[in-house]
Amino acid sequence: MNTFAGFVIKEFRQIYRDKRTLIVLLGMPVIMMILFGFAIRNEITNARFAILDFSNDEVTRAITRQLAMSNSVTLADHLTGYHEVENLFREGIVRAVVVFEQDFASKLMRDRTADVQVITDATDPNLAGLLQMYTSRIIDDYIISINAGQQLPVAGVIPEIRMMYNPELRSANLFVPGLIAVILMLISAMMTSISITREKELGSMEILLVSPLKPHHIIIGKVLPFLVLSIINIVTILMLAKFVFGVPFKGSYLLFFVEASLFILTALALGVFISSIANNQQTAMMVSLAGLLLPTVLLSGFIFPIASMPEILQWLSHIIPAKWFLIIVRSIMLKGGDIMILWKETLILLAFTLIFIGLSMKKFNVRMS
Amino acid sequence: MKTEAIITENLIRKFGDFAAVNGISFKVRAGEIFGFLGANGAGKTTAIKVLTGLLAPTSGNAFVAGYNVYTEAEKIKKSIGYMSQKFSLYDDLTVRENIRFYGGIYGLSGSDLKRKSSEVIEIVGLGNAEKKRVASLPLGWKQKLAFSVALLHGPKIVFLDEPTSGVDPITRRQFWEMIYQASEKGVTIFVTTHYLDEAEYCDRVSIMVDGKIKALDTPAKLKESFHAKTIEEVFVRMAGKKREGMIKQA
Repeated sequence: MNTFAGFVIKEFRQIYRDKRTLIVLLGMPVIMMILFGFAIRNEITNARFAILDFSNDEVTRAITRQLAMSNSVTLADHLTGYHEVENLFREGIVRAVVVFEQDFASKLMRDRTADVQVITDATDPNLAGLLQMYTSRIIDDYIISINAGQQLPVAGVIPEIRMMYNPELRSANLFVPGLIAVILMLISAMMTSISITREKELGSMEILLVSPLKPHHIIIGKVLPFLVLSIINIVTILMLAKFVFGVPFKGSYLLFFVEASLFILTALALGVFISSIANNQQTAMMVSLAGLLLPTVLLSGFIFPIASMPEILQWLSHIIPAKWFLIIVRSIMLKGGDIMILWKETLILLAFTLIFIGLSMKKFNVRMS
Repeated sequence: MKTEAIITENLIRKFGDFAAVNGISFKVRAGEIFGFLGANGAGKTTAIKVLTGLLAPTSGNAFVAGYNVYTEAEKIKKSIGYMSQKFSLYDDLTVRENIRFYGGIYGLSGSDLKRKSSEVIEIVGLGNAEKKRVASLPLGWKQKLAFSVALLHGPKIVFLDEPTSGVDPITRRQFWEMIYQASEKGVTIFVTTHYLDEAEYCDRVSIMVDGKIKALDTPAKLKESFHAKTIEEVFVRMAGKKREGMIKQA
């Protein structure tokens, strides 16, 4: 036991010595939170638009005022004809143009219908889609409000929409769980694999293996500091999420930390596995980045919904541990999910962990004999 | 007590079909300085890995410090020290931390470890540098320190894999003085080197070619039987033959 304690002390000491890496490891979650929290948003603010009003009557002016008052869009220009639209788009001055047809108000009174056109710059399809949604909603709201007193016959089915668990559609609620997964993967898996392959590269691994230290002591000793760092990072992220971004936490903290520890174990086992196939730090880093980080970001449902992926990728997403962790964390944080609901995902994560531990132990033993 | 520190009998280690160590048999006496020579790729490193327990043998027998490499690897690990050319000590730890770490993984602790650490620091002459990081030491000092650290737990046998490569002649001389001192205390030294003048310092020398030991004797007798002035000549003749053959074939 004493030999093992000495080894663990050395591991902690080496990580603590390397101040630059330590700052990156502890600062990364903060920077990522701030970047994701403030830069990457699904809601839009201050997108500029222009009005092309062929009617210029009471109603169109009122709608224009409504649009201009919104926080999401800013009125940038009044146009006089279609020929100006393309130029404005090309120069990137505005993202959307709202066009009212001639005699808008009188048509609306006479025919109960009038045409309004929303032209968007779809070089950024997400933004274009959102702008379209925003402008049409504001116009709809206005039309409904002026018709309010008149009891219009309503035809067809009008769906009543209610968004549950994240009614304001705040992106912070969405990305915080994903960010936890990404950071845990990065620190636990990548740093572990780099740390182990560094000993291989230096040649110190041989010295360690010649010593009375058991191979599993070496692995556990290597992994422990990153376990501690990962837990510190989780706490940092949770605090930032709660106090800076106001993300709710409905479920049990205990369950959350148990599940997070399980995911850390999965990631650590992956890191050990990578180090058993990679012979130098560079390979370990490339494999971790390409093989772990990219799928975790792209295929786990962190940014892109799995439901909108082609079927093959949906299947592929099943073997990404982060996908299951994300389901668990989102459920605990936003829906207050408990183990009765999440046992299936938990078992899947557990299976991943055991498989990776088994694989890396096998690989390690093969190398030894 | 056995007088043989290392015994190998027809030891073979294969990688697939290729036998890196192809049936070597030799004995190293306790307290001896044994030079283990061979060209690159002759199988020296593999042989050392088998003897230190890093690789299992494919067949044959080997006993290190009286223990069987197949069944008593754990006991062997406690009885040997190992120093490789590739790595000597952690650069980001201080001199004392390195010593304490190696002492620690060999099971030393408390006052024993403290006393031995101070001893080593004094022997190597790093008294005023003990709190310095190893990265700031010249290579020669690092190697001397690494050797002392390999002896810290009082092993019966020390394996030195090209301990002096890249070290200046004066430090090399000092290094060999340390080897002699250890040998006088009864430690068996098993050393590989590319500096063939160093081979002359050994009690006995073996020359390995193509996974086999082609010659084994005292430096004086080797020179005599090959009618050579230096071990270098002997070595070049033995290891060179094969090389010429390869060139002719090509």
